[in-house]
Amino acid sequence: MESLFLLVPLSIALVFGALWVFFKASDDGQFEDLEGPALRILHDDDTPDR
Amino acid sequence: MSALPQPLACFHCGLPVPEDARWHVPIDGIDRAMCCPGCEAVARTIVDIGQASYYRERTGFAATAGTAADLVPPELRLYDSDPLYSADGTEQAEAVLLVEGIRCAACVWLIEHRLLKIDGVTAASLNVATERLTVRWRQDAVKLSDLLQALRTIGYTAFPYDAARHSEQLRKTSRTLGRQLFVAGLSMMQVMMYVAPAYMAEDGTLDADMAALMRWASLLLTLPAIVYSAQPFFAGAWASLRARVLGMDVPVALGIGAAFLGSVVATWRGSGDVYFDSVTMFIFLLLASRYLELLARRKAAGALERMQHALPASASKLAGWPARDSTVVPAAALVADDHIAVKPGEAFSADGVIVEGRTAVDLALLTGESVPQPKGPGDAVPGGAVNTSSAVVLRVTKPVADSTLSGLLKLVERAGAAKPRIAQWADKAASRFVLALLLFAIATLAFWSWHDPARAWPVAIAVLVVSCPCALSLATPSALAAATDSLLAKGILVVQPHVLETLHRATHIVFDKTGTLTTGRPTVQAVHTFNDMDSATAAQLAAALEAGSLHPIGRAIAAHADALPHLVTWHAEDLLELPGQGLEGTVAGQRYRLGNASFAAMLAGSAPPDTNAGADATTVWLVSQGRWLACFAVSDSLRTDAQRTVDLFRSHGKQVVLLSGDRQALADQVAQRLGIGIALGDCLPEQKLAYVQRLQAAGAVVAMVGDGINDAAVLSAADVSFAMSSGAALAQVHADTVLLHGQLGMVGETAAMAAATMRVIRQNLAWATVYNIVAIPAAAFGLLGPWLAGVGMAASSAIVIVNALRLRAR
Repeated sequence: MESLFLLVPLSIALVFGALWVFFKASDDGQFEDLEGPALRILHDDDTPDR
Repeated sequence: MSALPQPLACFHCGLPVPEDARWHVPIDGIDRAMCCPGCEAVARTIVDIGQASYYRERTGFAATAGTAADLVPPELRLYDSDPLYSADGTEQAEAVLLVEGIRCAACVWLIEHRLLKIDGVTAASLNVATERLTVRWRQDAVKLSDLLQALRTIGYTAFPYDAARHSEQLRKTSRTLGRQLFVAGLSMMQVMMYVAPAYMAEDGTLDADMAALMRWASLLLTLPAIVYSAQPFFAGAWASLRARVLGMDVPVALGIGAAFLGSVVATWRGSGDVYFDSVTMFIFLLLASRYLELLARRKAAGALERMQHALPASASKLAGWPARDSTVVPAAALVADDHIAVKPGEAFSADGVIVEGRTAVDLALLTGESVPQPKGPGDAVPGGAVNTSSAVVLRVTKPVADSTLSGLLKLVERAGAAKPRIAQWADKAASRFVLALLLFAIATLAFWSWHDPARAWPVAIAVLVVSCPCALSLATPSALAAATDSLLAKGILVVQPHVLETLHRATHIVFDKTGTLTTGRPTVQAVHTFNDMDSATAAQLAAALEAGSLHPIGRAIAAHADALPHLVTWHAEDLLELPGQGLEGTVAGQRYRLGNASFAAMLAGSAPPDTNAGADATTVWLVSQGRWLACFAVSDSLRTDAQRTVDLFRSHGKQVVLLSGDRQALADQVAQRLGIGIALGDCLPEQKLAYVQRLQAAGAVVAMVGDGINDAAVLSAADVSFAMSSGAALAQVHADTVLLHGQLGMVGETAAMAAATMRVIRQNLAWATVYNIVAIPAAAFGLLGPWLAGVGMAASSAIVIVNALRLRAR
């Protein structure tokens, strides 16, 4: 049971870490377009033009 | 991945190929059939620029090219000089373009590659979700209009989107709300984990240190939700308190605040109940419903924006008048005494006086008058009117900012300010509930302080938490959001949140005539023939004479003839047009005249024979030397769904009114055909406005369905308004609802949805009321533990949301 006294604060730190990562990603525009990048990766320049 | 085309389907757009089609493009060595020259041009361009692999990769057909492949109209050049789209100082410019017709992944690839192949374009990136394309280019190498033209040649219509002014605000709002929702969700899930042991453990088995640890952990994780996510509620509550009303946000903020502070005190003291789980869940659920509503309305606003951002009004300015060289300039740049040339079919960009040429002017947009008026040198013409027959030169008398159009806009603003606000009524009712609730909580606190001081504070908080007006405040917005979304899928844009509520209460439905109940375009209603003429031949003779005409009546006759089986194709020679009178020309060696009775009589040499064409129709006569041949009765035809819509509202016991700027006789005639009891013609915009305001003063709730600029003021004044999307863009801006496909029947659909939505809202409110009536006294008597209060609160809101989502399925 004593381990919880370490694990619970750790989990709180993790949550705040996750929030920080989320805000950074959101600032970089990661969530602006959720469909485009998935489509784009399929059509790279390596498709030969004939 | 490639979609195999059906036999005889256009390889580019998938539409059926006409039997006599001769358009085809070799793609990857196979000759592919195309349905129209537009698709052919687009497909050829795609192959020519070496991107035929688009056809292998695509998963859906492209939009039909049709007119999109036309050359860039001169108006597009205007964007080149617009400083908004030029980055100052640097060589690089950036623009955000709205692109229409994106169907699949291959579109993204095709568009980006096409642009990047242009010399000078440095970056192109398309956001699929918003259909927005961000392009960067070097200004010395390429112009914006070149980029737009490049997009048009591959079949996409794009136009500049003023990102700086419009989208930034909206994007920020939705991004902030999304972040707040995420934080609240994360916080909620974690807090649930920490409170679970307290709920699970048997009394006394959880040791005090561990319980304290869990509470402090919950407190820490609730902080981001309170400080960041709950901001909109605290801000809303503060704003409504400053305005001295008790809005819905007040009890929400108070419930959150009291439960949180109470829990903090309990945590600090180490005794008493904590409500961190309820607080975070409450914040999350409320934010989720707000976010859904925002998304639905943003979708609606996006489609509206697209309409408003169509090409800018432009004018052909004759700078060196009386010299004839014209330049295309933005209409806003015109000043008094400029000379502009206006071609047939174009709108007059500004108020002015005709200095050269005679024409007929269509004022339908401004006054509702459906018959074009003849105008000649010296006559004044208001801006916004449409030139219907021949080119004229106009001397501008007022800058665009002071024009008739702007005057109408000011009228609109005035009407907007006087608009009754139904939403305030709802807030007032809610504020009474809130006030009663607050008094009750205080009374509970006072009672328990006297009876059992140790339990006073927990019980008072339980009252606030359990009664948390969650269900009450979710009842309306969640139902409205679901209904708005469902309507959008049918092509009905609900711009204002109060539409459904108000439409359901409407007592009077007021229709405009031209363009609303009628199609707004003249069509041939009847053909009367004389002297052994048959009506098909007469129509084709007339169509031959009108072949090159842009006059709406001419087009109506041509369309009528097109619909008949073709026997022979005639061509007219020696055409002579007299504006406002008619046409004269030679067909197969015979001289014909087509026009009004007096003009035709000059060639026929006698008085016109009797017809019983109705008083509402414009008559056009066809004569040859000494002979009356035919009479075409042309009038504005009713929309096919007009009768159904009027009947629907009448069967619901609503008073249907016809309000028209057109002549009284025409208004009466249409009203009689549709069975509308009250019809008022000859109404100026001010009179329409006054009529609606009189109805409102007598206690009526007025729904207005209109089209055209002259309706904008009255649309604004009506309690709820609809605009047909085929009408002037201006009217749409001031309407509460826009019918995207221009179908009148959609007004009926909206009314049905409004009724369903109100039913759901009533059910929701009834449930919330019953819940509160049971739960609040139970909490006040100290019967509800914290977990029961939390579960009750969550269940009550879940039921409300699920009930609201039923509307989506309709």
